[in-house]
Amino acid sequence: MDIVKVEGKNKHHRILIYALSTCAWCKMTKQFFKDHDIAFEYVDVDLTNDEDHEKIRKDIEKRGAPPTFPTIIVDDKTVITGFRKDLIKEAVGT
Amino acid sequence: MISLEKVRQRAESDAKTYGYSLNPDPAFLNDLLEGLRKNEERYGYPGCPCRVATGQLELDRDIICPCDYRDPDVAEFGTCYCALYVRKDVIEGKTQINPIPERRPKEKQERAYSTIKKPAETPQTTPVETGQVKKKLWYCKQCGYVVFREDPPYVCPICKAKRELFAPIELHTLPRG
Repeated sequence: MDIVKVEGKNKHHRILIYALSTCAWCKMTKQFFKDHDIAFEYVDVDLTNDEDHEKIRKDIEKRGAPPTFPTIIVDDKTVITGFRKDLIKEAVGT
Repeated sequence: MISLEKVRQRAESDAKTYGYSLNPDPAFLNDLLEGLRKNEERYGYPGCPCRVATGQLELDRDIICPCDYRDPDVAEFGTCYCALYVRKDVIEGKTQINPIPERRPKEKQERAYSTIKKPAETPQTTPVETGQVKKKLWYCKQCGYVVFREDPPYVCPICKAKRELFAPIELHTLPRG
Protein backbone atom coordinates (compact mmCIF):
# COMPACT_ATOMS: atom_id res chain seq x y z
CA MET A 1 0.00 0.00 0.00
CA ASP A 2 1.40 3.41 -0.92
CA ILE A 3 1.49 5.43 2.27
CA VAL A 4 2.73 8.95 1.65
CA LYS A 5 4.80 10.49 4.44
CA VAL A 6 4.69 14.24 4.95
CA GLU A 7 7.40 15.69 7.14
CA GLY A 8 6.75 18.14 9.96
CA LYS A 9 8.61 19.39 13.01
CA ASN A 10 5.91 18.15 15.36
CA LYS A 11 6.27 14.38 15.58
CA HIS A 12 4.56 13.86 18.93
CA HIS A 13 1.74 11.86 17.42
CA ARG A 14 1.42 9.31 14.71
CA ILE A 15 -1.19 10.62 12.30
CA LEU A 16 -2.64 8.53 9.51
CA ILE A 17 -5.24 9.95 7.14
CA TYR A 18 -7.36 7.81 4.87
CA ALA A 19 -8.30 10.26 2.14
CA LEU A 20 -9.56 10.55 -1.41
CA SER A 21 -7.52 12.38 -4.03
CA THR A 22 -10.66 14.09 -5.34
CA CYS A 23 -12.04 15.19 -1.98
CA ALA A 24 -11.81 18.86 -0.99
CA TRP A 25 -12.33 18.06 2.72
CA CYS A 26 -9.44 15.59 2.56
CA LYS A 27 -7.23 18.22 0.96
CA MET A 28 -8.18 20.67 3.69
CA THR A 29 -7.31 18.07 6.34
CA LYS A 30 -3.86 17.48 4.84
CA GLN A 31 -3.33 21.23 4.65
CA PHE A 32 -4.27 21.62 8.31
CA PHE A 33 -1.43 19.33 9.38
CA LYS A 34 1.00 21.02 6.99
CA ASP A 35 0.02 24.45 8.33
CA HIS A 36 0.65 23.26 11.89
CA ASP A 37 3.94 21.63 10.89
CA ILE A 38 2.72 18.26 12.12
CA ALA A 39 4.20 15.15 10.50
CA PHE A 40 1.56 12.83 9.05
CA GLU A 41 0.98 9.96 6.68
CA TYR A 42 -1.84 9.53 4.24
CA VAL A 43 -3.28 7.13 1.70
CA ASP A 44 -5.48 8.29 -1.15
CA VAL A 45 -7.88 5.39 -1.10
CA ASP A 46 -9.31 6.01 -4.58
CA LEU A 47 -5.83 5.51 -6.02
CA THR A 48 -5.15 2.19 -4.26
CA ASN A 49 -5.87 -1.21 -5.74
CA ASP A 50 -9.03 -3.10 -4.80
CA GLU A 51 -7.24 -5.23 -2.25
CA ASP A 52 -5.83 -2.27 -0.34
CA HIS A 53 -9.14 -0.47 -0.60
CA GLU A 54 -10.86 -3.41 1.04
CA LYS A 55 -8.21 -3.56 3.79
CA ILE A 56 -8.63 0.13 4.53
CA ARG A 57 -12.39 -0.13 4.69
CA LYS A 58 -12.11 -3.06 7.09
CA ASP A 59 -9.55 -1.17 9.17
CA ILE A 60 -11.88 1.82 9.53
CA GLU A 61 -14.85 -0.39 10.38
CA LYS A 62 -12.81 -2.40 12.88
CA ARG A 63 -12.25 0.87 14.72
CA GLY A 64 -16.00 1.39 14.89
CA ALA A 65 -16.12 4.28 12.43
CA PRO A 66 -18.06 4.62 9.16
CA PRO A 67 -15.94 4.10 6.04
CA THR A 68 -16.08 7.71 4.91
CA PHE A 69 -13.31 10.14 4.03
CA PRO A 70 -11.29 11.72 5.43
CA THR A 71 -10.79 9.39 8.38
CA ILE A 72 -8.00 10.55 10.67
CA ILE A 73 -6.36 8.08 13.03
CA VAL A 74 -4.24 9.54 15.81
CA ASP A 75 -1.73 7.27 17.60
CA ASP A 76 -3.55 4.20 16.33
CA LYS A 77 -6.42 4.79 18.77
CA THR A 78 -8.37 8.04 18.27
CA VAL A 79 -10.47 7.98 15.13
CA ILE A 80 -11.91 11.18 13.72
CA THR A 81 -14.43 11.06 10.91
CA GLY A 82 -14.42 14.09 8.65
CA PHE A 83 -12.43 17.31 8.89
CA ARG A 84 -13.45 18.08 12.49
CA LYS A 85 -10.91 20.73 13.35
CA ASP A 86 -12.00 20.85 16.99
CA LEU A 87 -11.53 17.10 17.47
CA ILE A 88 -8.23 17.07 15.61
CA LYS A 89 -6.89 19.93 17.73
CA GLU A 90 -7.97 18.13 20.86
CA ALA A 91 -6.32 14.89 19.77
CA VAL A 92 -3.00 16.41 18.73
CA GLY A 93 -2.97 19.18 21.30
CA THR A 94 -2.40 22.21 19.04
CA MET B 1 -12.12 15.39 -21.96
CA ILE B 2 -14.50 17.62 -20.04
CA SER B 3 -13.17 21.04 -19.04
CA LEU B 4 -13.27 22.46 -15.55
CA GLU B 5 -15.24 25.38 -16.92
CA LYS B 6 -17.92 23.06 -18.25
CA VAL B 7 -18.20 21.35 -14.86
CA ARG B 8 -18.50 24.75 -13.21
CA GLN B 9 -21.17 25.95 -15.62
CA ARG B 10 -23.20 22.80 -15.12
CA ALA B 11 -23.04 23.13 -11.33
CA GLU B 12 -23.93 26.82 -11.48
CA SER B 13 -26.88 26.16 -13.72
CA ASP B 14 -28.13 23.36 -11.46
CA ALA B 15 -27.70 25.48 -8.33
CA LYS B 16 -29.73 28.25 -9.95
CA THR B 17 -32.53 25.87 -10.91
CA TYR B 18 -32.87 24.61 -7.34
CA GLY B 19 -32.35 27.93 -5.60
CA TYR B 20 -28.98 26.96 -4.13
CA SER B 21 -25.55 28.57 -4.39
CA LEU B 22 -22.16 27.02 -4.93
CA ASN B 23 -19.64 26.94 -2.09
CA PRO B 24 -18.50 30.52 -1.43
CA ASP B 25 -14.83 29.60 -0.83
CA PRO B 26 -13.23 29.90 -4.30
CA ALA B 27 -10.30 27.54 -3.57
CA PHE B 28 -12.52 24.90 -1.93
CA LEU B 29 -15.03 25.19 -4.78
CA ASN B 30 -12.27 24.78 -7.31
CA ASP B 31 -11.09 21.60 -5.58
CA LEU B 32 -14.62 20.18 -5.61
CA LEU B 33 -15.11 20.96 -9.29
CA GLU B 34 -11.72 19.50 -10.12
CA GLY B 35 -12.67 16.34 -8.19
CA LEU B 36 -15.88 16.09 -10.20
CA ARG B 37 -13.97 16.60 -13.42
CA LYS B 38 -11.49 13.86 -12.49
CA ASN B 39 -14.28 11.45 -11.61
CA GLU B 40 -16.09 12.16 -14.86
CA GLU B 41 -12.88 11.43 -16.72
CA ARG B 42 -12.38 8.20 -14.73
CA TYR B 43 -15.88 6.81 -14.76
CA GLY B 44 -17.71 8.65 -17.49
CA TYR B 45 -19.97 10.37 -14.97
CA PRO B 46 -19.36 12.92 -12.23
CA GLY B 47 -19.36 10.82 -9.05
CA CYS B 48 -19.32 12.76 -5.78
CA PRO B 49 -15.71 13.84 -5.18
CA CYS B 50 -16.00 12.98 -1.47
CA ARG B 51 -17.25 9.42 -1.93
CA VAL B 52 -15.77 6.30 -3.45
CA ALA B 53 -17.39 5.25 -6.71
CA THR B 54 -17.20 1.73 -8.15
CA GLY B 55 -17.22 2.76 -11.79
CA GLN B 56 -20.45 0.83 -12.26
CA LEU B 57 -23.18 3.22 -13.15
CA GLU B 58 -26.08 1.34 -11.57
CA LEU B 59 -24.28 1.06 -8.24
CA ASP B 60 -23.06 4.64 -8.29
CA ARG B 61 -26.20 6.29 -9.61
CA ASP B 62 -27.24 7.68 -6.23
CA ILE B 63 -23.88 9.41 -5.75
CA ILE B 64 -23.66 11.03 -9.16
CA CYS B 65 -23.60 14.78 -8.62
CA PRO B 66 -26.07 16.22 -7.82
CA CYS B 67 -26.50 13.15 -5.62
CA ASP B 68 -29.79 11.76 -4.35
CA TYR B 69 -28.98 13.07 -0.89
CA ARG B 70 -28.31 16.68 -1.80
CA ASP B 71 -31.77 18.10 -1.24
CA PRO B 72 -32.42 16.56 2.19
CA ASP B 73 -28.85 17.40 3.26
CA VAL B 74 -29.12 21.02 2.16
CA ALA B 75 -32.50 21.26 3.88
CA GLU B 76 -31.16 19.82 7.14
CA PHE B 77 -27.58 21.06 7.30
CA GLY B 78 -27.35 23.95 4.83
CA THR B 79 -24.96 22.08 2.54
CA CYS B 80 -24.74 18.85 0.62
CA TYR B 81 -22.31 16.13 1.72
CA CYS B 82 -19.28 17.52 -0.13
CA ALA B 83 -20.48 21.12 0.40
CA LEU B 84 -20.62 21.97 -3.30
CA TYR B 85 -24.22 23.13 -2.97
CA VAL B 86 -25.15 25.45 -0.15
CA ARG B 87 -28.24 27.24 1.08
CA LYS B 88 -28.75 31.00 0.97
CA ASP B 89 -28.18 31.49 4.70
CA VAL B 90 -24.74 29.89 4.31
CA ILE B 91 -23.84 32.48 1.70
CA GLU B 92 -25.14 35.16 4.06
CA GLY B 93 -22.82 33.84 6.75
CA LYS B 94 -25.69 32.90 9.08
CA THR B 95 -24.92 29.19 8.91
CA GLN B 96 -21.43 27.76 9.03
CA ILE B 97 -20.16 25.09 6.68
CA ASN B 98 -19.20 21.97 8.63
CA PRO B 99 -18.67 18.35 7.69
CA ILE B 100 -22.00 16.55 7.77
CA PRO B 101 -22.84 12.87 8.34
CA GLU B 102 -23.22 10.46 5.45
CA ARG B 103 -26.87 10.00 4.50
CA ARG B 104 -26.24 7.32 1.89
CA PRO B 105 -27.82 4.16 3.30
CA LYS B 106 -25.36 1.59 4.59
CA GLU B 107 -26.91 -1.10 2.36
CA LYS B 108 -26.05 0.90 -0.73
CA GLN B 109 -22.53 1.53 0.47
CA GLU B 110 -22.04 -2.14 1.28
CA ARG B 111 -23.50 -3.26 -2.01
CA ALA B 112 -21.08 -1.00 -3.84
CA TYR B 113 -18.12 -2.03 -1.69
CA SER B 114 -18.94 -5.71 -2.11
CA THR B 115 -18.11 -5.37 -5.80
CA ILE B 116 -14.60 -4.43 -4.86
CA LYS B 117 -12.30 -7.43 -5.13
CA LYS B 118 -11.56 -9.39 -1.99
CA PRO B 119 -7.93 -9.84 -0.95
CA ALA B 120 -5.78 -12.34 -2.83
CA GLU B 121 -6.63 -15.91 -1.85
CA THR B 122 -10.22 -15.69 -3.04
CA PRO B 123 -10.02 -14.35 -6.56
CA GLN B 124 -13.31 -12.83 -7.56
CA THR B 125 -14.82 -14.76 -10.36
CA THR B 126 -18.40 -13.71 -10.01
CA PRO B 127 -19.23 -10.79 -12.22
CA VAL B 128 -20.95 -7.90 -10.56
CA GLU B 129 -24.65 -8.38 -10.49
CA THR B 130 -26.04 -5.08 -11.46
CA GLY B 131 -29.31 -7.02 -11.65
CA GLN B 132 -29.41 -6.61 -7.87
CA VAL B 133 -30.45 -3.02 -8.56
CA LYS B 134 -34.18 -3.37 -8.98
CA LYS B 135 -35.57 -0.33 -10.69
CA LYS B 136 -39.20 0.53 -11.04
CA LEU B 137 -41.46 3.37 -12.04
CA TRP B 138 -42.43 5.85 -9.36
CA TYR B 139 -44.83 8.74 -9.71
CA CYS B 140 -45.31 11.86 -7.68
CA LYS B 141 -48.88 11.91 -6.44
CA GLN B 142 -48.74 15.69 -6.25
CA CYS B 143 -47.59 16.64 -9.75
CA GLY B 144 -47.43 13.41 -11.75
CA TYR B 145 -43.66 13.40 -12.31
CA VAL B 146 -42.53 9.89 -13.21
CA VAL B 147 -39.08 8.44 -12.59
CA PHE B 148 -37.54 5.00 -13.28
CA ARG B 149 -35.21 4.41 -10.34
CA GLU B 150 -34.52 2.00 -7.54
CA ASP B 151 -35.99 4.39 -4.97
CA PRO B 152 -38.14 7.47 -5.31
CA PRO B 153 -36.30 10.79 -4.94
CA TYR B 154 -36.18 12.39 -1.49
CA VAL B 155 -37.75 15.47 -3.01
CA CYS B 156 -39.70 15.72 -6.27
CA PRO B 157 -37.50 17.73 -8.67
CA ILE B 158 -40.60 19.30 -10.21
CA CYS B 159 -42.97 20.24 -7.38
CA LYS B 160 -40.67 19.64 -4.34
CA ALA B 161 -43.09 17.15 -2.78
CA LYS B 162 -41.49 14.88 -0.20
CA ARG B 163 -40.56 11.25 -0.84
CA GLU B 164 -43.66 10.07 1.02
CA LEU B 165 -45.78 11.43 -1.82
CA PHE B 166 -44.23 9.06 -4.34
CA ALA B 167 -45.93 5.79 -5.14
CA PRO B 168 -44.83 2.90 -7.34
CA ILE B 169 -46.60 2.37 -10.64
CA GLU B 170 -47.71 -1.22 -11.01
CA LEU B 171 -47.73 -2.38 -14.61
CA HIS B 172 -50.04 -5.20 -15.60
CA THR B 173 -50.05 -6.86 -18.96
CA LEU B 174 -53.44 -8.12 -19.97
CA PRO B 175 -53.84 -10.88 -22.50
CA ARG B 176 -55.34 -9.62 -25.75
CA GLY B 177 -58.32 -10.92 -27.57
